[in-house]
Amino acid sequence: MQVNSSAFKEIAHKALHDDQLQEALGLLRTNFGDARATAVERLPEFGALRNAGRDIRNHTLENLDHYLEAWEAKATEQGAIVHWARDGEEARRIILGLCRSVDAKLMAKSKTMISEEIALNPFLEDEGIEVIETDLGEYILQLADEPPSHVIGPAIHKTKEQVADLFRDSHAALDPARRLVEISDMVGEARQVLRERYFEADVGLTGTNFLIAETGSSVIVTNEGNGDLSQGLAKMHIVLATIDKVIPTLNDLATVLRLLARSATGQEMAAYTTLSTGPRRTDAEGGPESCHVVILDNGRTGWLGTPFQEALRCVRCGACMNHCPVYGAVGGHAYGWVYPGPIGAVLTPALVGIERARHLPNASTFCGRCESVCPMRIPLPKLMREWRRQEFESKIQPLRQRFGLAFWRWLAQRPVLYRWATAIAVHGMRLLARDGRIRRLPLAGAWTSVRDMPAPARRSFQSQWKGRK
Amino acid sequence: MSARDDILAKVRAGIGRKPGTDRGPRPVPAPIPARGQVEGEARLVLFTKQAEAVAATVVRIPDMAALPAAVSNYLAGQNLPAAIMATADTDFDTVPWNTQAMLEITRGTPGIADQVCLAQAAAGIAETGSLVMTANADNPHMASFVPETAVVVLRASRIEGTLDDAMARLRVTGDLPRAVSLISGPSRTGDIALKIELGAHGPRRVHIVIVDEPEAA
Repeated sequence: MQVNSSAFKEIAHKALHDDQLQEALGLLRTNFGDARATAVERLPEFGALRNAGRDIRNHTLENLDHYLEAWEAKATEQGAIVHWARDGEEARRIILGLCRSVDAKLMAKSKTMISEEIALNPFLEDEGIEVIETDLGEYILQLADEPPSHVIGPAIHKTKEQVADLFRDSHAALDPARRLVEISDMVGEARQVLRERYFEADVGLTGTNFLIAETGSSVIVTNEGNGDLSQGLAKMHIVLATIDKVIPTLNDLATVLRLLARSATGQEMAAYTTLSTGPRRTDAEGGPESCHVVILDNGRTGWLGTPFQEALRCVRCGACMNHCPVYGAVGGHAYGWVYPGPIGAVLTPALVGIERARHLPNASTFCGRCESVCPMRIPLPKLMREWRRQEFESKIQPLRQRFGLAFWRWLAQRPVLYRWATAIAVHGMRLLARDGRIRRLPLAGAWTSVRDMPAPARRSFQSQWKGRK
Repeated sequence: MSARDDILAKVRAGIGRKPGTDRGPRPVPAPIPARGQVEGEARLVLFTKQAEAVAATVVRIPDMAALPAAVSNYLAGQNLPAAIMATADTDFDTVPWNTQAMLEITRGTPGIADQVCLAQAAAGIAETGSLVMTANADNPHMASFVPETAVVVLRASRIEGTLDDAMARLRVTGDLPRAVSLISGPSRTGDIALKIELGAHGPRRVHIVIVDEPEAA
């Protein structure tokens, strides 16, 4: 997927004036945000489970070589074939080779963000392999030729009317006079269209939520059942995973499952949690004849031992974006790449370079809601601040901004001068104010062009505080 | 250097692991929610409540002899044809299907044309109202995903309290089968305008028949 994060400001600006997008984002706040709160309230142990989830993931990362090797040994013993890929190019080549080995024409694919990260679909299609996305949201986006805008609800930016139009244009073989009004009509139509494709597919590709070292399994957590149909009806099952997905045991899986769906959608459990271990054992049981797992690094090993190691705890539930006031205002496309919202503001600079994504860690008020709902207690504001620090140090900001920040630092370290300068500024701002509001502020014209600045109080907080003592 | 060795070397460099050193101690075990730690009848009640909360339907019958009538009643109640594909599970061999003359039974693995499938669960989980389906020749993985309506027999004796208990049950048999699915209600999607619709790709209906009689030893 092309990196478009440098256009954050322009896309965000358009998004704010997109009524359909604003309607869709409003639903996100009520449907996902409120549902999570209710689910958390129903489970008194939730806070303690978050600590446990964090500790499990930290322990695994601190011993990642051990658990990756243990998982690989067990998965291999169970008949899976494990492939390692340093980067997207290696992963794409491995997957293409696997498809060619069974002379695959059609791949049924369940939702995987990693495949977006390595731009798998266009690569395979250039090589003559048809790829069909089977998750309803991803299927809609494949028809619309758009990137996902949310990690678990990839098409949440689309209204049902837009989906109806898209289905009419794309499903040309169906009766043009058919009813396509209710969401249930559209879900039924997608079900009907995709059903035959599962049976036709030669290869089923899934992502994975977790790899379990104890059993050599890969786990997918889904609601639609498309991930199971994709892997269960094809000759070959390919799992695309990254190095951070491993957890030690089945009990650790129980713990993270209690956190995942509650944080994501407010469900207690997703409809389907499937542990896949190797290929079919007997012909009578059906299932894939071969099972391959591709383990991708793509730069993640470089985060170990740095503050960004904590971001590798992420389970991709989407709670941080569901609760983020910035994401809630501008939507996922503004972030310009695969991972939006607060976690995207941390992952994208790490995966594509801070120079191509410098706006993202700055697009935050640091209100802290993301960290307060993260099931893995990832300190997202701290990590965004770390990116801002690196951005400043690498001197990639515009000169005016760098100069402003340097001047602020100089001033803030000189308390007498600071108090004197702010007293003058307060006085000046009060002169500019009418009815307690400042409508245009020199040097901050862009800021006041869309909102008023409240006039400052007559006396500063510091001098009021002094007066109280 | 192979990609594998390269990645593992970078992992070790990143976490500062010296060759030949042991992994660090495991964190203390995670809490297990009190909700699922119930026994006997309370566990059955909890399972039923949780399964119904995720839009499954539940009935309870005394023994397998009552299964044909339970299946017929359910199909009639849903206005579905009195025809069902039952898996090869040997427990279904001795069921007196002929007690329901109108019910058409075929045995095997459901294909694209089969609307209703009957399978047996390996376990149930009261904490979440989930079925545990383990793939084998008796009950293939796809029996729970291909049909529009999944009717699943669950022995009361196989209902565990918590997710952790279900994991312990899976562990007893040694290696896992190819697919283990924890199924919590029918298939659903919220991908269009965040409105939950049932029956996205998997079954629209999940009907659980709890059988009080334990399986023959």
